[in-house]
Amino acid sequence: MLEILNASLKVGHRSLLDNISFTIQPGEFVAVCGPNGAGKSSLIRLISGEIKPANGHVRWHGKDIAAWNLLHLARHRALLQQRCEVGFDYTAMEVILLGRHPHHQGATRNVDVRIAELALAEVEGRHLADQIYSTLSGGEQARVQMARVLAQIWEPSDSPKLLLLDEPTAALDPRQQHRILSVAKQWARKGDVAVVAIVHDLNLAAQYADRIALLREGKLQTIDTVHAVVTPEAVEACFDLPCVLLTHPDGGTPMVAARRNIN
Amino acid sequence: MTAISTVSIPLKPQLGISARNSILLTLFVALIFTLIISAGIGAVQIPASRVLELLTIPPFSDKWQSIPQEYMQQAMVLWNIRLPRLLLGVLTGASLAVSGAAMQALLRNPLAEPSLVGVSGGAAVFAAAGIVLGGTWMPALHNLIGEFALPSFAFIGSLGVTVLIFAISTRQGRTSVALMLLAGIAISSLCIALIGLLTFLATDIQIRTLNFWSLGSLGAATWPMVSMVVCLAGISVVVLLKQAGALNTLALGEVQAQLLGVSVKKLNRLCIATIALSVGAVVSVTGIIGFIGLVAPHLVRLTFGPDQRLVMPASALVGAILVLLSDLIARTISAPTEIPVGIITALLGVPFFLVLLFRMRRKIGI
Repeated sequence: MLEILNASLKVGHRSLLDNISFTIQPGEFVAVCGPNGAGKSSLIRLISGEIKPANGHVRWHGKDIAAWNLLHLARHRALLQQRCEVGFDYTAMEVILLGRHPHHQGATRNVDVRIAELALAEVEGRHLADQIYSTLSGGEQARVQMARVLAQIWEPSDSPKLLLLDEPTAALDPRQQHRILSVAKQWARKGDVAVVAIVHDLNLAAQYADRIALLREGKLQTIDTVHAVVTPEAVEACFDLPCVLLTHPDGGTPMVAARRNIN
Repeated sequence: MTAISTVSIPLKPQLGISARNSILLTLFVALIFTLIISAGIGAVQIPASRVLELLTIPPFSDKWQSIPQEYMQQAMVLWNIRLPRLLLGVLTGASLAVSGAAMQALLRNPLAEPSLVGVSGGAAVFAAAGIVLGGTWMPALHNLIGEFALPSFAFIGSLGVTVLIFAISTRQGRTSVALMLLAGIAISSLCIALIGLLTFLATDIQIRTLNFWSLGSLGAATWPMVSMVVCLAGISVVVLLKQAGALNTLALGEVQAQLLGVSVKKLNRLCIATIALSVGAVVSVTGIIGFIGLVAPHLVRLTFGPDQRLVMPASALVGAILVLLSDLIARTISAPTEIPVGIITALLGVPFFLVLLFRMRRKIGI
């Protein structure tokens, strides 16, 4: 279980995150939405343990995330960053295999290569395997990085896992956006992975997430089920964008459409 | 949503452990071959077959007395002059190449190299200062720790410069290639100026030694010196090679490396210290032999890809071969006069560096 308790983050006098509290269970997929500069990335960095909160706690199974053994954490928690440049001419396959480092810490084993191949297939990227990562398009790089984080936490384990995705869909075409989020949802469904993903497109998030957290100016506006959050009122309050409510014909997930802005 | 594409595209097999080992074995054989050839060439020529034969008879062994008189000179030259020189060449090449490869991984750019960013220069200045200004206490220190006296001075210089370069060119886990190169130019110029200053304070004998440092030479090799370098540089190289896997993860950036279970701060400190130690130890006896740390890792990366677990050991072997060949040229091209080996490596390295610079123009920000 991931617990965020009264967590705050400050840079100088500017408050990036203000008194945030919520919990996420393994098996759950939580999407984080909010306007630019709301603190979404800071929240993910906080959860990953990369930065420490000024106040409050981030706990993973009752223990402060910073107190966990670095290697244990590396095998159970993976973070997809927004942009990830790779130095030197590593191939896509080699980049994915870097995700296996915490499991072997030395020589790559056959099982690591097998897992890396399966992870790449998961993002429909087998044809990218031997290409030089730095020559791939932004969307292809994002898919390779997705495969890399999946490979990092691939094996079943006694301990639950945490998958953190910072805008996994930002650079992707619509088909791949759905592909990545459906993979994230499947992984959560396996039962032992908690997924936290920053998604800009609220309608996309509504189709895959179990719960949606709305963040604005460093404050958690709401975190609730899709039906409770995706309402014209909540969206307008969070994004200052007048909306109407629609219903997706498949499964009846709520959608919002912005009102036309003609001045 | 359609199912996962079931079309199976055969993947290029990954460079497995066996492939890696055969590459390293091939390079190792090439190194042995270079050693045997170099051992035979010089003012006293020794055929390769006799080199192998004489290698089985170390001095002071019982069989030493049984060497026929006509071969005695060859045996003396081989054991007392050629072998220490060649071993020093191997250690120098391996240390500089592995240090270069490690620096490139740590600073995430392919232009980092001990001589280029002034690490070798810093070591040379401190070693030179130890000789010229050491006065009475330097011999005392030498009595105390022997061959380790000079490298301990050089280590201060190389460590200081390495820390300085990292502090100037990296910020929040990102490195500026331009800043690193500019800082390197400044530090290298300072080192040249300081060594120049020291030559004015030096005695005639000291000047001869100082000239070594500015251009680099393996000519002063002795057995005690070689054993010192084996201790310091050899151990550093082994420690650095063990970090290859962790250095790979740094290609994803410091944040991801940390999330992949690598303690980045510890890795940085350990590598900086060992790079400084191996470069310091080597420079204190050979002076500045430039560009090996640039050329060797790049040749390996161009041929076999960027995986540090292969790049680092293979660079060690390639670096050793490069230094041996450069030294062979340096001591034969204008025989009987010897030219400093640093001149040869610079002639080799500078065009290489310029080509790299040209290819990297966009990344550096021009």
